[in-house]
Amino acid sequence: MTKVYIATERRPNGAAFIVAAGLAALGALLIWQGGAIPDKGGYAGIGSGDVPKFVGYGLLALAFGHVWSGLRHGTTGRLHPQFVPVLWIVAGLALQLVLLWPAGFTVASGLLFAFTAAGFGKRNLGLTLPIGLALSLLIYGVFDQLLKLKLPAGLLENLIFGG
Amino acid sequence: MTTFDFLLQGLAVAMDPMILFYALIGVTLGTAVGVLPGIGPALTVALLLPVTYGLDPAGSLIMFAGIYYGGMYGGSTTSILLNTPGESASIVTALEGNKMARAGRGGPALATAAIGSFVAGLLATLALAFLAPYVVKLALVFGPREYFALMLLAFVTVSAAFGDSTLKGLTSLFIGLSLALVGIDQLTGQARLSFGVPELLDGVEVTTLAVALFAIGEALFVASQGNVGVETVEAVKGSVWMTRADWARSWKPWLRGTAIGFPIGAMPAGGAEIGTLLSYATEKRLAKNPEEFGHGAIEGVAGPEAANNASAAGTLVPLLTLGLPTSATAAILLAGFQQFGLQPGPLLFATSPQLVWGLIASLLIANVMLLVLNLPMIRLWVKLLTIPRHWLYAGILLFSTLGTIGMNPSPVELGMLLIFGVMGFLMRLYGYPIAPVVVGLILGPMAEQQLRRALSISQGDWTTLVSTPVAAGILLVAALALIVPLVMRLRGKGAVLAQIASDED
Repeated sequence: MTKVYIATERRPNGAAFIVAAGLAALGALLIWQGGAIPDKGGYAGIGSGDVPKFVGYGLLALAFGHVWSGLRHGTTGRLHPQFVPVLWIVAGLALQLVLLWPAGFTVASGLLFAFTAAGFGKRNLGLTLPIGLALSLLIYGVFDQLLKLKLPAGLLENLIFGG
Repeated sequence: MTTFDFLLQGLAVAMDPMILFYALIGVTLGTAVGVLPGIGPALTVALLLPVTYGLDPAGSLIMFAGIYYGGMYGGSTTSILLNTPGESASIVTALEGNKMARAGRGGPALATAAIGSFVAGLLATLALAFLAPYVVKLALVFGPREYFALMLLAFVTVSAAFGDSTLKGLTSLFIGLSLALVGIDQLTGQARLSFGVPELLDGVEVTTLAVALFAIGEALFVASQGNVGVETVEAVKGSVWMTRADWARSWKPWLRGTAIGFPIGAMPAGGAEIGTLLSYATEKRLAKNPEEFGHGAIEGVAGPEAANNASAAGTLVPLLTLGLPTSATAAILLAGFQQFGLQPGPLLFATSPQLVWGLIASLLIANVMLLVLNLPMIRLWVKLLTIPRHWLYAGILLFSTLGTIGMNPSPVELGMLLIFGVMGFLMRLYGYPIAPVVVGLILGPMAEQQLRRALSISQGDWTTLVSTPVAAGILLVAALALIVPLVMRLRGKGAVLAQIASDED
């Protein structure tokens, strides 16, 4: 069986407080935004702004729940996931986001492919990058030309398929 | 016309060569993603939604349903040969199936899983066909308050009833509900939580969220667990055919599994896992030689696999008749219907009977296709398991972003994909369930609409929500589904519930 690293016991549970803070912030945002909507609700008595407020109060309640369980249980604690592979993949996605419009689908997605492979231990970019570029170009050809799905074109795509 | 006539008409639609082709693509893809660890039917349908935008609605929906069924078949292969369930509903199959494979009986294990899936799929699809018209009649008397109550019930069962923590399940649900509020309010046209960003006015796309959580979050999580070494794939030794004794021991578990799985899938009870576990427990209790369980009892493969497929068909009952998704895959299927401007529910049976019955009839045909695909070609599917992880996940991420880029080419949408992907990773890491987020996103706006409609009708009187026996009864069940597990966990009986955690499918 695959060994899965999940958190183990430590008290008080710091992660629960961070989650609680996030939930409380989101809840407060929803209540504020719900309250900012000028709406009397008409016949129903509740309008556009009320459901965001309900959800916001629900989130606040969950935030309190997290604080309570964090003090009481402290279930989670030591995590040892590896963050380097995660960073490789996140970097690949961010790079694709930045490069997609200036450089086109093929280059951006080829880089994502190579970076993801690197995240999973295949660090040899000299091998993975060409494969990624070829695969992306093939996908661009099939989807943009055959299935008429509009994908962002860069210099490379315009050269090969015509602008 | 009777159900039988409708079904015959549906068969006529389903026998169209083009539709048969769509169904074949669906079941083939479904089997492949079921076999591959890391991607399930929910993700596959989400990835295909943008691609099918310009295709035939009936064909596309039939393809999606084929993926759902195929995923349930394919998952058993991974469980039996690799001891790693390909999708979450096959966890139980791994218990006995992998033991059988190690004892050199992998062939019969795969066969009983495939034939059991076939029997269950066939019976359950017929049950769906004969049950659906009655539920539709029942649904016609449902007003907004009954729908609202049903949706609350679905929220509770998907998020809080199972899994290891009510708090975590509800947190996931509320994150989904918050995301659902982004965009234009469907009743008044008021923009909410869009902060002046025009791309946010359309709201958060279900496909973007599902792809981010299931593909990117999952890939990040798997990558963070490091290189765990190569898992051994058990070779399929000997014949895949079952002996006379195997048949004799399998046919009753198949039928019992179907009888257990279908109603559980049909109730808004979230996922196929519960049915498989119940079926396993039943088989263990009824077996003539219970000591064989844990060492490769064929009943322990036959029953749960049948239950798993029967509940997939069962899930389609509330989805088609009420428009109510009770699992992540069903939620994505609903998004598929909506993409084509179709709203599942009683009206769909009246306005597009050829589509609904064509879909149901194709599921019968898809089952036959799946049996053919899975039994003689099993060695081919096993080859998929030898794809190295780095190529597999690089490909998955490439196709995941492709869907979003093709459908909504904007930096905002891709940015959301990245943010939700990281969120999905953190949720996996800290044990928050994923499915409630997706169900909350798709059911949230529907529940809000029904609530506000009900209150409009009653002119703001909240007691209307409990003023009919049906609505009050459903709300009571929902409250029980929230409170009973909470009390069970507080009294230290949470382990049972944690086992039936509903994950992806």
